[in-house]
Parts: sequence; C-alpha cells; structure tokens
Amino acid sequence: MAGLRAFAAISFLSLAAAALPAAAQTPPAAESIQIGLSTDAISITAGFSGADLTIFGSLENPDPLVARQGRYDVIVVLEGPDRPVVVRRKDRVLGVWVNLESETFENVPVSYSVATTRPLQDITEPNSYKQLSLGASNLYMQPAEPGDSPATIEEFTAALRERKAATGLYSENVGGVQFLSQNLFRATVRLAPNIPVGTHKARAFLFKSGMFVKESSAQLEIRKSGFEQSIFRVAHDYSFLYGVFAVSLAMLTGWLGRLVFRRD
Amino acid sequence: MGIYLPIAEISVNVFVLLAMGAAVGFLSGMFGVGGGFLITPLLIFYNIPPAIAVATGANQVIASSFSGALSHFKRGTLDFKLGGVLLAGGIVGSTAGIFVFALLRRLGQLDLFISLLYVALLGTVGGLMLVESVNALRATRSGAAPVLKKSGQHNWIHRLPFKMRFRASKLFVSVIPVLGLGAAIGFLSSIMGVGGGFIMVPALIYLLKVPTNVVIGTSLFQIIFTSAYTTLVHATTNQTVDVILAFLLMAGGVAGAQYGAKAGQRLRGEQLRALLALLVLSVAIRLAIDLFVTPPNLYSLSAAGLN
Repeated sequence: MAGLRAFAAISFLSLAAAALPAAAQTPPAAESIQIGLSTDAISITAGFSGADLTIFGSLENPDPLVARQGRYDVIVVLEGPDRPVVVRRKDRVLGVWVNLESETFENVPVSYSVATTRPLQDITEPNSYKQLSLGASNLYMQPAEPGDSPATIEEFTAALRERKAATGLYSENVGGVQFLSQNLFRATVRLAPNIPVGTHKARAFLFKSGMFVKESSAQLEIRKSGFEQSIFRVAHDYSFLYGVFAVSLAMLTGWLGRLVFRRD
Repeated sequence: MGIYLPIAEISVNVFVLLAMGAAVGFLSGMFGVGGGFLITPLLIFYNIPPAIAVATGANQVIASSFSGALSHFKRGTLDFKLGGVLLAGGIVGSTAGIFVFALLRRLGQLDLFISLLYVALLGTVGGLMLVESVNALRATRSGAAPVLKKSGQHNWIHRLPFKMRFRASKLFVSVIPVLGLGAAIGFLSSIMGVGGGFIMVPALIYLLKVPTNVVIGTSLFQIIFTSAYTTLVHATTNQTVDVILAFLLMAGGVAGAQYGAKAGQRLRGEQLRALLALLVLSVAIRLAIDLFVTPPNLYSLSAAGLN
C-alpha cells in the first residue's frame, strides 16, 4: 500500500519559544494545533485499491508536563463531500424480500475516516463528541422528513452508519495518531478503495486531559487520475459521443475477436 | 491485478472479468444468445451497481452478437429482412423500457423488478424449452423419425393480416407478431441489459416456425442493433455505461464465442435446446432463491436524487 504523504511545515514558533528563556516570563500562550498537507490534490489511478494517507501536524505551545504525562490527545478526521442518501429496508411481502420503507438523509458525508491517539471512549466524554459532531457514531444525519417517528429515524441512521462502515467508507484507526516528539505528530487515515472523488476535509482536534482545546483543518481534493478522469468527464459531458464510442468499440472488438480466434 | 472502473467507481480484478466474459462468450457462441442474461446477474453478484451492470451488459452483448452474426452471415444463415422487421419493433420497445427503467430506479424498486423479470421469463422459457426438447430427444431415441415441420402446419399467428414473405426463412407470415416480438425484446433489453436471445430464439422457433438454423443468425443480427440502441440511450440519459468494464468482458467474450460456436456445431438441434433450457432454468432458480432467502443485509444505501 503506497503511503501518500503530506508534510506539515513544522511551526518554527515553538522552536523559537524554547530557545528564548525570556519567553518563559510571559504567561503561557494557549495550546493550538496545526496540520498541513504537502499537496492539495490526490489522484486515483487505475490500480487504486485503497491507501493510507499520512498527515503530519504539530502542537503549538504545549505544556511540557502535560505532554510528558501523555495527556494530550489528537483526533484526525478525513471527511468526504456531503451527499443526500436514501436508506432502504427490505421486508417480506408474500415471501419475497422487497424494499419497503426508506428514509432520506440530507448531507451525509460519503466517507469518514478517523485516526486517534487512543480509543475514542478514553479521550473524552460522549457529550463533547456530540457537541463537536465528532466520530462516525456522533455525526448528525439530517432526515429529509423530520416528521417521521424518532424510532424509525434512529433505526435508519444506525443502519446507514453500519452500511458505511461495512463498505470501509467509515473507518476508525485507533492508534493511528502518534506523537513523534512533544510537538510533532503523524496521523494515518485510511482511504477506502471506493473513496469518492471531490473535496475532502482533513480536520485535527486537540484534547488536553479530556478537554477539547482547538481544531485545525485543511482541504484535500481527491480526483481520478488522467485517463480515468477523462473517461468519466467524457461520459458525462459528451454522453452521446461516448455512447457511440462504446458501441463502435464493441463492434470492433467483435470483429477483431473473430479474426483472431476464428474457429470455422 | 486490480483495475479502477471510472464509471462504476470501484476497483475490480481484471482476470475475474476476463474469465467471466470468456465463459459467457462460450455459451453465447454455442447457443446463439447474446449472453446478457448471464452477464448482468454475474456483474451484480460481483458488486457492480445494478444500473451500471444493466447498461454495460447491453454494451458487451453488442460485441459477442456482432462476432456471432458475422459467422452466420458467412454461412448464409441470416435473414436480413426478418431481422430488420424485428428491429423496427425493437427500437420502440427499448425506448419505452428506458423510461420504465428510470422510473423504477427513482422508486428504489429497480433491483427487485429486474430479478422478478428474470425469474419469470427465464423460468417460463427454460421450462417450456426443456419439456419440448426432452420430448424430441426421447422420440429420436425410441427410433421414431423426428417429426418434421410440415409447411401446412399453421397456428393462430398465421391467420393474422399484413402478411410478408421472408425468403431466407421460407416463411410467409403477418408482420404484427414479428413487430410485437421485436418490441417486447427491445423493452427487456433496456430493463434487463439482455439482448433477448433467450426469448427470441424459442419465440422464432415455436411461434413463427422459423427454421432453427436461420434463427440463431437472425436473432444475433437483431440483438446487435437493439443492444446498440439501448447502450446509446443508457449512455445519454443515465451515464451508466462503463467502457473499461465492457471492454474487459468483450475481450474475454469474443474469444469464448468463437470456440462456443464451434462446439455448438457438433451438437444436434434438440440437444442444444435441452442444454440451453437447463442453463436458463438454473439462472432462474438461482435468482429465485435470492428473492426468498433472507438477505445478509436488510438495509441498502443509494444516492438520493438520482433520475
């Protein structure tokens, strides 16, 4: 699996602060977090079968004591573009399984990969995840018809999350964030083989002793590489010509196949 | 070896697709069917979204039927006039089918409808053919001379007006059932991603009494155009034709088709029909089981707002 590497510029501020003893006299500046991507676009090629994306980031003004005790936690999320989704449930009708009930959700992230320093439940309270809308199980899915019974909405939301996780689009990589030094960390998020193209958002959340401190984000464009992208674009922009091409290709293949493999 | 399909938006194994194409191509060359009724379910089984499987299946069918029709053209077992009339009906049928396809997709019932159609049609056609061909086989074995079709033998279809003469098929028949058959097959082609050979072949043999040797070539000829039209319309309205996927299937398919055609020549007509019937029936049973068995996932996701 080829690691896709994005490098963050290591903040020189923190280094400078350590070098100057004068800085210690002023009250400690608040911690913050930075992530950076070396590239703002990733191309998916013909052989793409999923990959790990490495994101580097840094803490600014960390408290050395807290850092030594390992009480800083970082959660990095790579979130795909939002799209409306229909969840359908099959039920038995005369013995046959039929799609009967359905629930539409607006703005569901197509993909959602999480990397954390520790298991999510060890980092902070469920409530703060809810407030931050952080983690696949805390994402708020807006139903298109809020009038439906809460139980139904809850059932379909759970099914939506379960299906997304089963196809690898929603993933969680516990231990995927590692501190390389007091300031520098590395996060590895998984890109599913079926990762959707579009603008993805990388976000990093900093927690200090279970309290949320700061967030930082960067954008990443995922697109198909040259050839695949051209095919996709032609299929949508020049669909008739594309159809003519598909038909001619089929006829040509049929004719050539007969020439090559003729058995009569 | 994996390859990323630009329209289906997933990675698949090249060799699985080539093998799938070759196996289906072999059968298609042997029985003179496009193979769409095997390709589409196989693709769906391989996790290709049904809408893309149907449209791409239609594209693949063009290659195998073109290749097969060329062989029959060389042997002179192709009735262009009959094929042309079938085609005229086919275009009307496919256009209607595309609209129904888009509507069902919006309602979320496309997959169910496709499966039900497959089970009903394959089950009926396969069952009828099996009974007929087993009877024929038994008659030959017991020593009785095979009952030859008498030219005076007519059914209700032959009493319809607007008669037309099809020389290559030694046929004088009303155009109404021919057009109707074409339209029905065009409709199925666009909804099921099939060429319709598995219905066309028995219908031409049993309903219109076309000689078996002309049937396959003519059916393939008509299928080329119906599936080409279906491919074009799916590409323009739904953007669901994946050329990379189609090409891999075709490449395997045309190779298999030539060997299949050769193998088919060694078998007698009723043996061929009995085998085709068994094949059709087994696909129907496989799909029927899926309808009744509790699916591993009751829930499914699809993009909202698709046409």
